[in-house]
Amino acid sequence: MRRRVIGLETEYGLSFTATGRRALAVEDVARRMFRDVVTWGRSSNVFLENGARLYLDVGSHPEYATPECPSAREALVHERAGDRIVHDLARRTEEALAGEGLAGRIRVFRNNTDFSGNSYGSHENYLVQRDGPFQPLADALLPFLVTRQVFAGAGKVLRTATGAVYVLSQRAEHIWEGVSSATTRSRPIINSRDEPHADIDRYRRLHVIVGDSNMSDTATWLRLATCELVLRTLEAGVGPDLPPLDSPTRAIREVSRDLTGHGPVRFADGQDVPALDVQVRYLEAVERFLATEQPDDPDAAHVVAEWRRVLTALATDPMTLDREVDWVVKLRLIRALQDRDGLALDDPRVALLDLAYHDIDPDTGLQARLRAGGRVRTLIDEPAVRRAQDHPPATRAALRGAFLRAARQHGHDVTVDWVHLKRNGPVPRTIACKDPLVCEDARVAQALEEMALPTG
Amino acid sequence: MAGGADGQERAERPRQDAAEPVSGETAAPAADRELLDDVDGLLDEIDAVLETNAEEFVRGYVQKGGQ
Repeated sequence: MRRRVIGLETEYGLSFTATGRRALAVEDVARRMFRDVVTWGRSSNVFLENGARLYLDVGSHPEYATPECPSAREALVHERAGDRIVHDLARRTEEALAGEGLAGRIRVFRNNTDFSGNSYGSHENYLVQRDGPFQPLADALLPFLVTRQVFAGAGKVLRTATGAVYVLSQRAEHIWEGVSSATTRSRPIINSRDEPHADIDRYRRLHVIVGDSNMSDTATWLRLATCELVLRTLEAGVGPDLPPLDSPTRAIREVSRDLTGHGPVRFADGQDVPALDVQVRYLEAVERFLATEQPDDPDAAHVVAEWRRVLTALATDPMTLDREVDWVVKLRLIRALQDRDGLALDDPRVALLDLAYHDIDPDTGLQARLRAGGRVRTLIDEPAVRRAQDHPPATRAALRGAFLRAARQHGHDVTVDWVHLKRNGPVPRTIACKDPLVCEDARVAQALEEMALPTG
Repeated sequence: MAGGADGQERAERPRQDAAEPVSGETAAPAADRELLDDVDGLLDEIDAVLETNAEEFVRGYVQKGGQ
């Protein structure tokens, strides 16, 4: 499938530091943030005019699901737009709380773990065609997903029985299955729940829930763009010639704990392949596929070149990627702090730095400072992110966005979900938009015209 | 900590020379200065965001599990 939509769902972590006398539990902070949203969307689950969905998820996490994006780059832009939207929500709540004698600072973190063993995610969605069987596709993707932490890991100081260690991935220790329909009880790498949010005869939605929340533009983009190309290659039946993993859950932990990338990944036939070599096998399969089937795709060629550059750097000296691979950027920061202050890896200041790396505050957060100081490589600029806060991409999201905008402008009562656009009155009418790739629809155009007509 | 990218082998280096390996002993004085500036700059950024009581903050940062 050459064109597909990609989406990212982010669960945010929250903290509240009271500056007055009264404290507030984090659940209450989350509820307060969404009180505003509830009034305006009549539920704690709303769709926005950029086509995205904002809601309060399981475990009191604000969650932002990007609209359907036509490329990895747009998904990156829309994920960052989500950061801004959630940040603005937090600021407004802060002001409201201060007015009630609950002065304090709400911090929002786009990371995946707290310090008590809880995890929350960054979930990827890829539209795939239903013509092939799902399980073999998912299985063939697992070695890729297990080893991509070498460039997509967000880095973490992990406390173990034998002391603190620095690992590649925030998420690896919280994954308990390869492919399954579970979510919070026994988190899989790929969630197989069949909810396409599209024409069920044509499409499936591949739901990858193993990913770390990347702060780096390069890492976010590469994570999505490489997976998209691997899917094209696997769908064409020309993936790398690799047997299934011996144990995906053991492999993901082993890869996460090996900062060299040269450690072995065990396959079901007993062979051990270094993690970086597994990535190279996928890269080469993608290259072969593109060369023969899609040689006219410059964007794909660029992804492959960047993927290769990053893998080569990782194989020789990962620290050269200290501006673009999150676990390397973070490790460099941690080491600088450790060296100056003589801190052990399990020092609370190191833990705080590990967390601060994920602070989304666009003015005072560590990321904002690193970006402003030119200390990390950026792929997208501020105007693009601002624009994405209220402009949908050219997919089905554009229909949803236009529908919501017209309803707001003309004061109509509507209800929408990923597929349906429903006008609740005067005569209830629902339009089903079953192709996520389609951004023009005569039925929607007509509905917009009708909404613009004077009522009465 | 697992793996050789840890500990002893600290390969921090100035950005401009990223393509060629630099070891601590042979780095040019100019590159050394740049390296120091860079680390100081990073530490300034870190100090600016770590002003809270780290231990208390870390103990208090408890979320419920998500998906």
